[in-house]
Amino acid sequence: MFEYCANPDSLEGLTWLSCYLTTGKHLSFYTSFGTVLLLLAITAPVALAFGFGGAAMARSKVGPARLFGKSYISIVRGVPDIAFFMFFVIALDQGFEYLRHQAMCPDWDQPIRQGNDFVVCSAAKLPLSTSPQWIHEVYGFFLAVLTFAIVFGAFAANVIFGAMNSVPKAQIETAWAYGMTTRQTFWRIIVPQMWVYALPGLSNLWMVLIKATPLLFLLGVEDIVYWARELGGTKHARFTDYPHGDWRMWYFLALLVFYLAFTKVSEVVLDKLMKRLSLGQATAGGEALRRAAQ
Amino acid sequence: MSCMQTISDYGLRSIGIGERLLPTSDFTLCQQFTLIGSGMIWNIYFGVLALLAGFFLATAVALGKASANAWVRKPSQWFVFLFRGSPLFIQFFFAYFLFLTLRSEIAFFEPFTAAWLGATIVLFLNTSAYAGEIFYGALQSVPKGDTEAADAYGFSGFTKFRKITWPTMMRLAWPAYTNEAIFLFHATTLVFFSGFPAWKQQGDALYYASYFADKTFNPFIPYPILAGYFILLTLIVIGLFSLINRRLNRHLPQLSRPKIRYRPKLFR
Repeated sequence: MFEYCANPDSLEGLTWLSCYLTTGKHLSFYTSFGTVLLLLAITAPVALAFGFGGAAMARSKVGPARLFGKSYISIVRGVPDIAFFMFFVIALDQGFEYLRHQAMCPDWDQPIRQGNDFVVCSAAKLPLSTSPQWIHEVYGFFLAVLTFAIVFGAFAANVIFGAMNSVPKAQIETAWAYGMTTRQTFWRIIVPQMWVYALPGLSNLWMVLIKATPLLFLLGVEDIVYWARELGGTKHARFTDYPHGDWRMWYFLALLVFYLAFTKVSEVVLDKLMKRLSLGQATAGGEALRRAAQ
Repeated sequence: MSCMQTISDYGLRSIGIGERLLPTSDFTLCQQFTLIGSGMIWNIYFGVLALLAGFFLATAVALGKASANAWVRKPSQWFVFLFRGSPLFIQFFFAYFLFLTLRSEIAFFEPFTAAWLGATIVLFLNTSAYAGEIFYGALQSVPKGDTEAADAYGFSGFTKFRKITWPTMMRLAWPAYTNEAIFLFHATTLVFFSGFPAWKQQGDALYYASYFADKTFNPFIPYPILAGYFILLTLIVIGLFSLINRRLNRHLPQLSRPKIRYRPKLFR
């Protein structure tokens, strides 16, 4: 990257380090931090939407919708953690391929599950074997986001369901007294007021979501864990300009610090947000703010 | 091959007793049940050991966090933040590579790179931090009247802590601590997926479940089996902890006894 990096053998000390830390592979490593942030940026709203949908369904008056919402929440929450991730990535992949197979190759006569193999016609493969590498990567990332959203959506649904039930009954009865329909009550009274009750649970979930991001590695995405293992391993002078011993410990120390810093920043921001949302609410937090202002 | 034969071959496979080779084709349901169940030995081993040892450190951390002495309080706070603020996954990786580096310097660290010791240490520290935070919260909620009454009766120092503060702290913390125990058991599935290698294919339940899922390309059998085992384990943990909960609350009237509720939280 820098001019003086042209001949790595002659470098020493800090200059060596500055050249080492800006090699092409290291730049990929830094980009993978972006991958993690991108995953969080996409997953959080999608999971929130899943959670909102799940909660709305769970308190629906229509029987099947309520059953679906409630079972979505309780099944995902009841099953142990990473098993769900391992399961969903394969299951979703096979599910998509199966659907495409049914749509695209109706005259295929062999069974799809042949012993230990899952066989669909080549036109139904996802992604197509002819597509470029980046499509494969984007597809893997997409599967990861969907899995995260399904799992965290259920947790968010549970939080939002509880929050919707915590909106004071008097507020809802007042809405009815003013002649609002169920739908109007939902959108104009419950939804605006539930956030302050949902925020402690949702911020907890956000912290958990941050700590779940290393699982991307298990889902086959080239994330920070992948690069830390890749770059930290012993490098011999024959294969690289920057030989070093086993430095994986230091790379993972850096990741540890990254996560701690991220957690700390989130804590501070969420605290501020909670203060903002509590303003003027009929809760203990809102009362404390009112007292402080006087 | 009958199912009994399979069980005697693979029932203790995860700790190296029985058949050396894992089945490679024509997997039966019995094989999957047996091997995944055999892997549960490791999950229970990690969970029980970390939980037992962690209980004591957690109490110490809680007291440390509540201490007036900054030299004790600050390290406790940092300990809790360090282990609660970072993913367990990264902690495993870091610990494994740390032990690897130490081993190349000092031979004493040889066993630390193996899962049975290294992973147990990480889980022990991790659960101590989580449980320490729970105990700290409970310690802060010990009713003032209890400690004042203890003072009035002439309790002081360690006797006061042992007879008054600690039992109430335990009683208040117990429902949350039960959930912590359940998650610790769930977290043991991470051991062989992060850093610590499975030696001679002796892995935990998830290790075998993913082995079958990879070989058969069919996740719909091994993972539900794994989930079933964990639901069973969760029920056992809740049962045992409820017994202790009942004993801790035996002086309270029936209705005001706190109930243990399963509150899943996923990941650490």
